[in-house]
Amino acid sequence: MRKLIPAPAPLPSDAATRHSAPHDSAVAHVTGRAIYVDDLPAHARMGYLAVGLSPHAHARLDGLTLDAVRQSPGVIDVITAADIPGRNEVGAVYPGDPLLAERELRYAGQPVFAVVATDLVSARRAVDKAVIHATPLPASLDAVEAIAQGLTVLPVHHHERATPLDRGSAMKNNTQTREAPGEAPAASHCVSGTLSIGGQEHFYLEGQIAQAEALDDDGIRILTSSQHPSEVQKLVAEVLDRPLHSIVAEVRRMGGGFGGKESQAAALGAMAALAAARNHCTVRFRLPRRDDMLMTGKRHPFETHYEVTTDDRGILRDTTISLIGNCGHSPDLSEGVVDRAMFHADNAYYLGNARVTGHRAMTHTASNTAFRGFGGPQGMMPIEAAMDDIARRLGLDPLDVRKRNLYTDQKDETHYGQRLDQHLIGPLIDQLEKQSDYRHRRQAITAFNQENPIIKRGLALTPVKFGISFTAQHLNQAGALLAIYTDGSVLINHGGTEMGQGLHTKVCQIVARVFDIPLGRVRISATRTDKVPNTSPTAASSGADLNGMAARDAALTLRARLLDLAAEQYRQPRDSLTFSDGQLIADGWSMPWEALIQAAYLKRVPLSATGFYSTPTIHYDKTTGKGHPFFYYAYGAAVSEVEIDTLTGEHRLRRVDILHDVGDSLNPAIDRGQIEGGFIQGAGWLTTEELKWDDKGTLLTTGPATYKIPAYSDTPPVFNVALLEGHPCSQATIYRSKAVGEPPFMLALSVWSALRDALSSLTNYTTSPALDVPATPERILLAVEAIKSASTPAACPEGADHG
Amino acid sequence: MVDTTPATAVQHADPAATPRLHDVELTINGQTHHLSIEPNVVLLDALRERLGLTGAKKGCDHGQCGACTVLVDGRSMNSCLMLASMADGCDITTVEGLAKPDGTLHPVQQAFLEHDAYQCGYCTAGQMMSATAILNDPSIERTDASIKDAMSGNICRCGAYKNIHDAIKTADARLNGGE
Repeated sequence: MRKLIPAPAPLPSDAATRHSAPHDSAVAHVTGRAIYVDDLPAHARMGYLAVGLSPHAHARLDGLTLDAVRQSPGVIDVITAADIPGRNEVGAVYPGDPLLAERELRYAGQPVFAVVATDLVSARRAVDKAVIHATPLPASLDAVEAIAQGLTVLPVHHHERATPLDRGSAMKNNTQTREAPGEAPAASHCVSGTLSIGGQEHFYLEGQIAQAEALDDDGIRILTSSQHPSEVQKLVAEVLDRPLHSIVAEVRRMGGGFGGKESQAAALGAMAALAAARNHCTVRFRLPRRDDMLMTGKRHPFETHYEVTTDDRGILRDTTISLIGNCGHSPDLSEGVVDRAMFHADNAYYLGNARVTGHRAMTHTASNTAFRGFGGPQGMMPIEAAMDDIARRLGLDPLDVRKRNLYTDQKDETHYGQRLDQHLIGPLIDQLEKQSDYRHRRQAITAFNQENPIIKRGLALTPVKFGISFTAQHLNQAGALLAIYTDGSVLINHGGTEMGQGLHTKVCQIVARVFDIPLGRVRISATRTDKVPNTSPTAASSGADLNGMAARDAALTLRARLLDLAAEQYRQPRDSLTFSDGQLIADGWSMPWEALIQAAYLKRVPLSATGFYSTPTIHYDKTTGKGHPFFYYAYGAAVSEVEIDTLTGEHRLRRVDILHDVGDSLNPAIDRGQIEGGFIQGAGWLTTEELKWDDKGTLLTTGPATYKIPAYSDTPPVFNVALLEGHPCSQATIYRSKAVGEPPFMLALSVWSALRDALSSLTNYTTSPALDVPATPERILLAVEAIKSASTPAACPEGADHG
Repeated sequence: MVDTTPATAVQHADPAATPRLHDVELTINGQTHHLSIEPNVVLLDALRERLGLTGAKKGCDHGQCGACTVLVDGRSMNSCLMLASMADGCDITTVEGLAKPDGTLHPVQQAFLEHDAYQCGYCTAGQMMSATAILNDPSIERTDASIKDAMSGNICRCGAYKNIHDAIKTADARLNGGE
């Protein structure tokens, strides 16, 4: 430009408030101006897409009669598998997810054909006029049976550790023992049990949606509600048989993702892109809630079995855990999900001799997928069940059993060989125990339960240790693109996507922090594959860790250029220069940010830069089941108090206390929101959210009328949430912060454990009743009835404590 | 403002299948609109597709999630369950009409802003419209339990209920001098 914009006056300092900055879309959200894909204005020639879904869980597809569909009013195009120019495949990792079914129907709800019409109602009406000719085949609908029959989507995997305490090996390998030397093996106690864990529908309030626009140069632009725009780009390119550089995927924001838009959004993007390319127009594809719930994958249900032996103090000697993940009909992300379940089978406990087995069952249901925690929550449940069982067997408070089994600096190696380098969980639990007044409340609850025959209360404290990093090593990378304009305003773009978790806010804060300029000078733009290429999904809680570091890297590049310029131009010693509160300062010298940028432009200093980050030190050897898959661990603990009605099975959450570790928080307000929201979502999974299928494998719970996510009134009346202070991350993460997206989800295990505690009070804490998940009122009532019919006035029979 | 475009872009092949259009008058955020619409068009679709007011969201499409909540003559309604023609002659407020014309935020909006009472934002308009109706309704007690009951038709999958509740209490204090 020939003439510079007048340098604006510096903004007032926000140094005091920047740390807890509100969400970058805060004003847009409260005014209703925040735009989601379905809010975009319609194009003049816009097509609306609807898909016809398989009515069978498993069938041979004999043919389609679509004449009436084609003749239906408003129909522009009808698309089947035969019309796909490239690959009919949208599987994220392994093949198995055709965009449209051909030859075989593999689950009820699988897309079979698509209709494009001039409006949505016409498209959906036309879909109903199709005839799907199919011959039903036997369907696999039970994960345990599937494993018995060898029906899997991927092979079994093991983690195995024999410690020196293992039978026969103790003598020859005594140096490895981390037990106190000379400790004699005491009496052994064995508890075992099975636990059936339900899945979970994501129920993002904004359903799956994509809009594809055919561009004038054979390119396609896709506006998608996806956590992984680079994968949308790649799969669209493969479906259309076009190069990646002709496809742009863009995400401004999602109305919730929770993992459900990591791989599942790609099918919509590909379908819309195919329709747009065929008809040279813009096509919008929004799934109605029912179709969304039928078609897309959910959290994996798990069938688990555990068997542990302990000494008299309840300390684990041997632990055997078997995890069967119900993967649905195809692999999707199930390799990582079941691996992560296995990595978290220890939760925060030293398992002793350990054998953890992960099975990946194939059933003819929607392919289960990522959901906040990614198998971690299911993986932690058997050992938490065992902790309660051990306590009942030995007559101990479950909290004491948990505390005795925590990792310590003496017992610091996981069953897959990673050493813990930050022993926070013990002190964290001690602090929470005091803050929540656990011991006094335990006494009060026991007394309450003795006095009240109908209403019973329960209390539990459970820990969380959650490994941070993608278990697929190459995904642990991120890129950013930073531009500074001549008025001093800064535009940052990075590969992460915003789904409400405040990632964009955190990244803007990081950039503002590098230059120490007010947040008002930094703006973020939509995530686009033509700005930052080859990005990883915003998943595994890694959004801020990875993209924040990449943004910081770009900012540091520009910072160095600006310092070089100032040192040379204004003859200030480079070492004396610092950015401070909107100025560049040195001894007795200062220059406003805006003036510095204009000077840099005139001196032809490049004012844009890319940034990159890859996580160091992580590795894992799948052949040995050993390695260091996580950069670090995030910790937390929660105390939940519940109340059950033994006549109806209804339950209420009375009080929750949480203490959670986020290292040095990037934004305490956002982090607290993630902790509260994660806990609530976890409590929903464990208590109210129940997926039901009919005996033919068709999902019955296809809307909020039948599928109950936590409502406003399910929030506990007392809900104390605190961040653990004074413990920066031991690894060099972005400003020593820790990831916060997934770990708090598992704090809700305390609700389930507290429900078991309340049930246990019915036998004066002598038994440990089984309680499958979700612990709906129906299940609680059945558990109460089972206890009543089993119990005699005397003590409970031996063995009843495994349920 | 008068809008006379056809109700939908569909050109039905069978004229018998085309329902008769209804003329309705809707006062939305203080502005009167005359629409000619099919009798089965729900208010939410009329707002979003005919009038470009996309603040009210379609979450579940059958009155269970509350994301589409608007005020009809001051009462909160699921606009996905109400036919536009049922609102003929009614005074409708959407999230776009909550702030003053000069942009000053309504106390409910201001409180939601201060308390970070959203995460993904998709349910936020519905939450605020329900909250506004509750705080205008003297028959609803201002206790935690009553507010929770009254707000129970608005679900938030991000689980931001704690901050939403704090925001409603703050707005109540400012609007009604509540506790």
